[in-house]
Amino acid sequence: MTIFKLSWRNLVASPLNTILSLLLMSLGVGIISLLILLNNEMKQQVKNNLKEIDMVVGAKGSPLQLILSSVYHIDNPTGNIPLSSINKLKKNRLVDLVIPLSYGDSYKGFRIVGSTHDYFDLYNAEIKEGRRWEGGFEVVVGSDVARMHNLQIGDNFYGSHGLLKGGHVHDNYAYTVVGVLNFSGTVIDKLILTDYQSVWNVHNKDDDSEMEITAALFKFKNPTALIKLPRKVNETTNLQAAVPVFEMNRLINLLGIGFNSIQFIAVVIMIVSGLSIFISLYNSLRRRSYELALMRVHGASRWQLVKLIQFEAIFLSFIGAFFGLLLSRLSVYILSSLVSENNTMNNFPLTFVPEELWLLPSALLIGILAALIPTLQAYRTNIPKLLIDA
Amino acid sequence: MLKTTSISFSYDNLNSFIFPEISLNNLEDLLILGKSGIGKTTFIQILAGLLTPDKGAISLNGVNYADLSPKKLDEFRGKNISLVFQKPYFIKSINLIENLLTTLKLSGNEVDNKKCEYLLEQIGLSDKCYSKTYELSEGEKQRASIAMAVCKNPDLILADEPTASLDDENCDIIIKLLKEQANNSNSKLIIITHDQRLKSQFKNTITL
Repeated sequence: MTIFKLSWRNLVASPLNTILSLLLMSLGVGIISLLILLNNEMKQQVKNNLKEIDMVVGAKGSPLQLILSSVYHIDNPTGNIPLSSINKLKKNRLVDLVIPLSYGDSYKGFRIVGSTHDYFDLYNAEIKEGRRWEGGFEVVVGSDVARMHNLQIGDNFYGSHGLLKGGHVHDNYAYTVVGVLNFSGTVIDKLILTDYQSVWNVHNKDDDSEMEITAALFKFKNPTALIKLPRKVNETTNLQAAVPVFEMNRLINLLGIGFNSIQFIAVVIMIVSGLSIFISLYNSLRRRSYELALMRVHGASRWQLVKLIQFEAIFLSFIGAFFGLLLSRLSVYILSSLVSENNTMNNFPLTFVPEELWLLPSALLIGILAALIPTLQAYRTNIPKLLIDA
Repeated sequence: MLKTTSISFSYDNLNSFIFPEISLNNLEDLLILGKSGIGKTTFIQILAGLLTPDKGAISLNGVNYADLSPKKLDEFRGKNISLVFQKPYFIKSINLIENLLTTLKLSGNEVDNKKCEYLLEQIGLSDKCYSKTYELSEGEKQRASIAMAVCKNPDLILADEPTASLDDENCDIIIKLLKEQANNSNSKLIIITHDQRLKSQFKNTITL
């Protein structure tokens, strides 16, 4: 029976204390790890979908709303703008590419977005089956949409007004599926894409009114335009220009405050777990101090007793941290299947995220610190007093 | 050979003890009788090298305790001296035979499963090998603690009041067992007690 094994047996011999310490440690590590994973996932999503969009122009309103609705397709549109006003901006020599977007309709919860073929290129979207749209009311569906609603080439459906299920159905115009996209890991997987002219036609009652779109994505020729152009648009037209990078950084910073406070709570839980390790070691040592004296009488050195206690603490913190990391992955798995009804598990992270690497050494450090006083007690074990005076 | 010369020890001015000289060869045993408060426990601690006497010297097989550093003395004790206590002690989290094996490991002896099984069989605990020590009866615990003491084949077994809490029948069993096992492991045996029942069973007796 080595000291290492004996430490393990001591832990197994008092299961309740051991489970409490493990539980606290895994909760602390698990919450921090979950936050890191979610934060990472969010940043990744933000970056993936941002692509090379330098500026978004839409109707006046909240710039964040404009970005969220036009780039990430998670908010309502700010309103409509005339297509002609965008065409004027297009003439600016700093502008490289303009992609018009018309959205606001949906099919069974998935958004219908009218655009041009440039939109495919922006996301490097590849056609898995069929082709891009050619004429009006032809649609290309993202891979999640196709999978969820089992849409195939040649299928017809009606769009409904608004972005939620149960809006007014535009039953005068039917869309036809002509293409299905490959999975890309971007927002385009969850979109139904068509020609922006078609979206306008669905809504336009009289043919004379000027054509409108919802927003336009801009790509610049050089970065200096980032400073000049949005300001110019906001000051000289009644349109709103927003820079996605700025807005998303602002959003991440806002969320960061929430993340930080949850992280603080998790660190407190980790420290409490250290306290629990300390209390259970301290108590068990008081109960079995004679054991240590006995071991000393049989020839164990002081350092062997130190090792005995330290191993117990290290076992607890290491196993606790391990379960914590497991817990966070399980939570992400469950969350991802709860939150998104289309159940995309593609981003399920099984490997270590670099930011998580410090969790294991911190857990070990907490364990070792918690065992410091009990270790000192073990080191100072007074053999005659414990065994003979008893 | 265990040899002590003019040992004295004092906790303070009121409690000072002068202990008799002892000379003990292998396979010999010695009963030290004395009333409570006469310094029995102090003497056993000195013999075990757990307390350092104010004056005098102790040597076991020619090794003088005073010549050893505290660390070396710990090692020496682990290898050569076993203690049997009035109250038997074990490591709670492991079973009886594992307690014996741990003792062997800690004292730097070869970890020999067969030997421990054989020893427990001789002591009549072969069916308790894999029991937790707290599941044993009091008599069984005391026998098991003798197994703990002799398994590492020590030179010297020091027993401190091993029979104090036992009835006559168990007292006889334990003393017989101690003598027998000390004999088997070629050890010197010293029993320190106030228990007058043991007087008739030992040739060499010292009264403090």
